[in-house]
Amino acid sequence: MTDAILLAHGSGGKLAHQLIEETILSDISNPLLARMDDSAVIDFGGRLAFTTDSYVVNPIFFPGGDIGKLAVCGTTNDLAMSGADPAYLSLAFIIEEGFPLSDLKRVLRSIRDASCEAGVQIITGDTKVVNRGCADKLYINTAGIGKIPPGVGISGANIVPGDKIILSGPIGDHGIAIMSKREGLRFTTRLVSDCAPLSGMVAEMIATGADIHALRDPTRGGLATTLNELSKQSQVKIEIVEELIPVRDEVLGACEMLGFDPLYVANEGKLVAFVSPRDARQVLDAMRRHPYGAEAQVIGEVEEAATPSVVMKTVLGASRLIDMLVGDLLPRIC
Amino acid sequence: MRFASEFREGRLAQGLIAKIERSSHTPVNFMEFCGSHTVAIFRYGIRQVLPKTVTTLSGPGCPICVTANIDLDKAIALARSPNVITASFGDVLRVPGSYTSLQAVRAEGADVRVIYSAMDAIKIAKDNPHKQVVLLGIGFETTAPTIASSILQAEEEDLTNFLVLSWHKLSPPAMQALLNSGEVALDGLICPGHVSVITGSQAWEFIARDYQIPCVVSGFEPLDILQCIDMLVTQVEEGEARVEIAYSRGVQRGGNMVAQQLMNKVFEPCPAEWRGMGTIPASGLKLREEYSRFDAEQVFDIDPGPTREPKGCICGDVLRGVSTPLECPLFGKTCTPENPVGACMVSSEGSCFTYYLCGGKND
Repeated sequence: MTDAILLAHGSGGKLAHQLIEETILSDISNPLLARMDDSAVIDFGGRLAFTTDSYVVNPIFFPGGDIGKLAVCGTTNDLAMSGADPAYLSLAFIIEEGFPLSDLKRVLRSIRDASCEAGVQIITGDTKVVNRGCADKLYINTAGIGKIPPGVGISGANIVPGDKIILSGPIGDHGIAIMSKREGLRFTTRLVSDCAPLSGMVAEMIATGADIHALRDPTRGGLATTLNELSKQSQVKIEIVEELIPVRDEVLGACEMLGFDPLYVANEGKLVAFVSPRDARQVLDAMRRHPYGAEAQVIGEVEEAATPSVVMKTVLGASRLIDMLVGDLLPRIC
Repeated sequence: MRFASEFREGRLAQGLIAKIERSSHTPVNFMEFCGSHTVAIFRYGIRQVLPKTVTTLSGPGCPICVTANIDLDKAIALARSPNVITASFGDVLRVPGSYTSLQAVRAEGADVRVIYSAMDAIKIAKDNPHKQVVLLGIGFETTAPTIASSILQAEEEDLTNFLVLSWHKLSPPAMQALLNSGEVALDGLICPGHVSVITGSQAWEFIARDYQIPCVVSGFEPLDILQCIDMLVTQVEEGEARVEIAYSRGVQRGGNMVAQQLMNKVFEPCPAEWRGMGTIPASGLKLREEYSRFDAEQVFDIDPGPTREPKGCICGDVLRGVSTPLECPLFGKTCTPENPVGACMVSSEGSCFTYYLCGGKND
């Protein structure tokens, strides 16, 4: 470990995992926290899922969404990935002095619309204002609770060999849409962020009665990082096929220009589902019937392995080991 | 034309692989100069699908990897100076110099900003008239023209607080030094696509002529690289050595004249120190006398202190194609992308990073 926090510690990749495992968990771990799923699952008579996330996106308004929509979708999606039906959210703002009220109102309207769609109520909140320069415009923290229906047992630790891996749609839209608007890097694209509340689609997937073992939304660090987390959590080998992974041409083109691999680019409205092979068709159909899963694809399957790994069969038929994101996603030099 | 997906067609690739298999009889060593080629070769598993007769070696074409510690130390010393804003392309931040990295001095409070284009540094200079803005000019022929145009812009706007630390390197002299050393025997050169967009394929003609080594300029998609290898194999089997282009949608013989003129107007060749290769004559670019007021080396009296190389690190050998990262005792043990010892483990185009990320055994 370095002796100071680097920006790369917040990238969602390897350093972020190192920070969590070596510094944070070592001081405050307990069995609920150590499960490392998207939400903690607690028993209060019925089972509840509980999660929190902070949002610091730059720019705060981007094609396809804004920080408010993200703050609702991100947290409710984390609940949905534990199989929970999102019920309540807390909402906390840290606002930089001088932030335009009209922008705050715009963010609040997005929060209202997204929470309406996700079926959650905001039931508590907080507002802090800090001196100009002590925060970048607006930061939001949300925490959420949801109820897990009886019989549902979804966790990143429940994946077994043979499971089919279903991806809900093309990857990389959010990361590239944000990049295209970032100061100094602006490029024109029709691409919009995929930011969306996924709880509705998850409810329909669960309603099929299929044997769903794990769900996860590949946000920062992209699909590659998420699959690595899951392979470690369940101690399995994950095999995916490059040709089956949907990527839009706009994303491919921008990635080539910037030197990125779409596998590492962030998403905010996609999920991967690990499903028992006999139920995969059923779940895929349910996803495709939903607007947020219309382009869903089976992208691979799970194998037994002594050491966890993620391997991708390339378009040339070769196999490539896929690691987590390392450091920040930075455009290449030449 | 979508410029990416049609160059990743699995069926066409199988056809090219079969063609290479049929025509390749002589065992050959091809070097890809460029780090982006190394990345693509690993990303698609190209080494796995080539016949046993064809070996590809990674070359020195990663601008961050070849930047010498002394240069990194200078940038770090400057970044720590009061009143200085360092403007850098992202990857450079993580590279360890002799003692620390720009990323670490930023966390200590130095004002180091990641930029995406040289013009961002101009904007930073205009927004901060009371600070000196130092742009780290790093890269091969691909980035030098954009840095040159930022210097011309600074001149036009009469900026007095915009400076460039020029680490620019030229690719052909490095290739020449490598061939002259006789350390690696090459049967073909996969010439860099982006560099050749600027220089034109003519830049490689001396290699075909003086060293009788076939040269083919390649793009970065799997079909580009396979086509390039096919063309190299054909030349070898026919006993030919000439420069060909397998990337005609981007590269012409004469290159981009406007970019070349920009580069020549602002910069002139100078000796440059390369990590692992020592000082190579006329392989760097320094600001011409008339632009010396924008030259950070001239304006500041930089004392980076003594340099040192990390113990056991074989980045130099890797950059010359003499060793592969797997032969390094530190690889994957004390040297990983999260805690890199050598520069080749830092850059997303570095051989060690690419080997590590793709499992190393994809060879």
